[in-house]
Amino acid sequence: MRLLFITILSILFLRSEARIIMAGPTAEIKELRKALALARDGDSILLQAGIYKEGSLLIERSISLIGTNAILDGEKKYQVLLVSGKNILISGLTIRNAGYSAMEDFAAVKVVDASNVTIENCHIINAYFAIHISNTRAVVIRNNRIEGTPRSEQLSGNGIHLWKSNFALIENNHVTGHRDGIYFEFVTSSTIRRNHSEKNIRYGLHFMFSNDDAYIQNIFNDNGAGVAVMYSKKVRMEANRFDLNWGASAYGLLLKDITDSYIARNIFYKNTVALHMEGTSRIEIRNNDFRNNGWAIKVQASCDNNRFWRNNFTGNSFDVATNGSVSLNQFSQNYWDKYEGYDLNHDGVGDIPFRPVSMYSMIIEENPNALLLMRSFTVQLLDKAEKALPVITPGNLTDDKPMMKYIKQ
Amino acid sequence: MMKLTRYVVYDIIRNKVIMAYTLFLLVVSLSLFQVEENQGKAILSLMNIVLIVLPLVSIVFATIHYYNSYEFIELMLSQPLGRTRIIFSEYAGTALSLLMAFLLGVGIPVLIYSPDDSGLSLLFTGCCLTLIFTSLAFLASVKARDKARGIGSVLLLWFYFALIYDGLVLLILFNFSDYPLEKITLLLTALNPVDLGRIFIMLKMDISALMGYTGALYKDFFGSGTGLLFTSSIMVLWIVLPLLWAIRIFNKKDI
Repeated sequence: MRLLFITILSILFLRSEARIIMAGPTAEIKELRKALALARDGDSILLQAGIYKEGSLLIERSISLIGTNAILDGEKKYQVLLVSGKNILISGLTIRNAGYSAMEDFAAVKVVDASNVTIENCHIINAYFAIHISNTRAVVIRNNRIEGTPRSEQLSGNGIHLWKSNFALIENNHVTGHRDGIYFEFVTSSTIRRNHSEKNIRYGLHFMFSNDDAYIQNIFNDNGAGVAVMYSKKVRMEANRFDLNWGASAYGLLLKDITDSYIARNIFYKNTVALHMEGTSRIEIRNNDFRNNGWAIKVQASCDNNRFWRNNFTGNSFDVATNGSVSLNQFSQNYWDKYEGYDLNHDGVGDIPFRPVSMYSMIIEENPNALLLMRSFTVQLLDKAEKALPVITPGNLTDDKPMMKYIKQ
Repeated sequence: MMKLTRYVVYDIIRNKVIMAYTLFLLVVSLSLFQVEENQGKAILSLMNIVLIVLPLVSIVFATIHYYNSYEFIELMLSQPLGRTRIIFSEYAGTALSLLMAFLLGVGIPVLIYSPDDSGLSLLFTGCCLTLIFTSLAFLASVKARDKARGIGSVLLLWFYFALIYDGLVLLILFNFSDYPLEKITLLLTALNPVDLGRIFIMLKMDISALMGYTGALYKDFFGSGTGLLFTSSIMVLWIVLPLLWAIRIFNKKDI
């Protein structure tokens, strides 16, 4: 028995014959390039504090590169780290001044054709693309701080860029000053969790052709155009915050050609348009809070079979706007602060249906200049008349069971 | 002149109507702030009062007061006093007491419950509208010798500014929707003090909605320093021009 135990133990030791390579100004190996060349599969490189200006570096073996106050400088010329392999960990590095190229997507960290790559606790400053992942399986991007220098939409790259990957986990990152904070294209079965994406030039999160993904508990605020989710299926969007996305074409959340998705427990606060839907079908939108937005929801006539229920609408200038005369979506059991009905049997549900689309919002949809007359007496009278006898607004767009009290989410 | 104004103010304050008006404003504002859980909504409801009720009360009260104190004015005219001075004192007295009623009735609750941008712009608009509609009232009553006719025309004026004008604007916007109307609409708002005041308050409240589409344009214009200057100077013009016209007519009038 004992013999067996010793044998197993020694086998384990033999197997984990991983070395730790120290590199840095006071170590034997001064350059990171040399350390990378020496490292074999399973080794770890500990990078000492210091500034490393070594151009573009390639990581192909299964190693861990761990830095303590180490700064990799791209001198505004080079792509700093290129990763292509499996089981690779990059941690604790500061990477700054990665180069810009109009021809290629230069990045501070670029991962191509890899699997099981983890990038964590890194601080990336002033990069074109910060983290660029393509054709990779099971990448983890965690606890990174990414600060770009905002230039124009053409001269900036994305903060965290994923293309044709799957099983990715993006967690606890802070992205600011890039073109799109987080960019997904052809990425499936992935999770974006607890990130904070703010003050990016275009979208906080840009999401295209990516199915079966979830993004949860993220904060997106002050981005040029908010968050866009397009041409995707089966996306879960839960407990996110979409705040302060202001502008002529800024949306808290823009949905375009999305089907079979789930949007719940999000908070939309002070956006020009909180939720814009175009060509979306079979989406469940429940338990969200729409507060103080210009338009809480804009549903284009191309949307069908979406269900809105148990959402709160408070302090919005317009609750729902649409551009068609028929609505194929269901609203039920929402709380509307503009509801003026009564509840005779005290079951908490209003007795008369609520029409969330005001006549005036239809007028604005047709003639934006009429925004000038918002809240004027004339418009209020027209709205009241329309409510009593709907002519212009879609007759079937009603909430038949409006809640009397704010719904605690 | 101060003395005459003071007499007018005393006379009006003794009047029960202005007391009732103050009390009405006070009760409405206080209850709005108490009932609405959201201060923004209370300000919004108050905005309706400021834009609809305030002009109506100002214009009707000032007109009735003018006709009622016609004998007093005649008496003053027999004294060695300039006509401009008499009519201006009348105006100042009426406007001052209406302003006081507004500031007591709405100003105090707003300053207590919501002393922010939207609240202050509401007070500013309210003060301007009081002065403007009082001077419109003086213009109308100086022009018409008959009391019924004066009050009628004043009601029509109010109706025009509060309701008809916006309808006309809507009509114009729809009939000419193929043309770029941004500049025109800016001009159109300047032609109605109620609209101007509404946009001024709204900019502080519905900024999210205004940031979309054409809204950004209005925001850029009205939100900027020039916009504020524009709003204030148009308001001042609306106060001064009808008053000057009224004084001119009064000076030439055969009493």
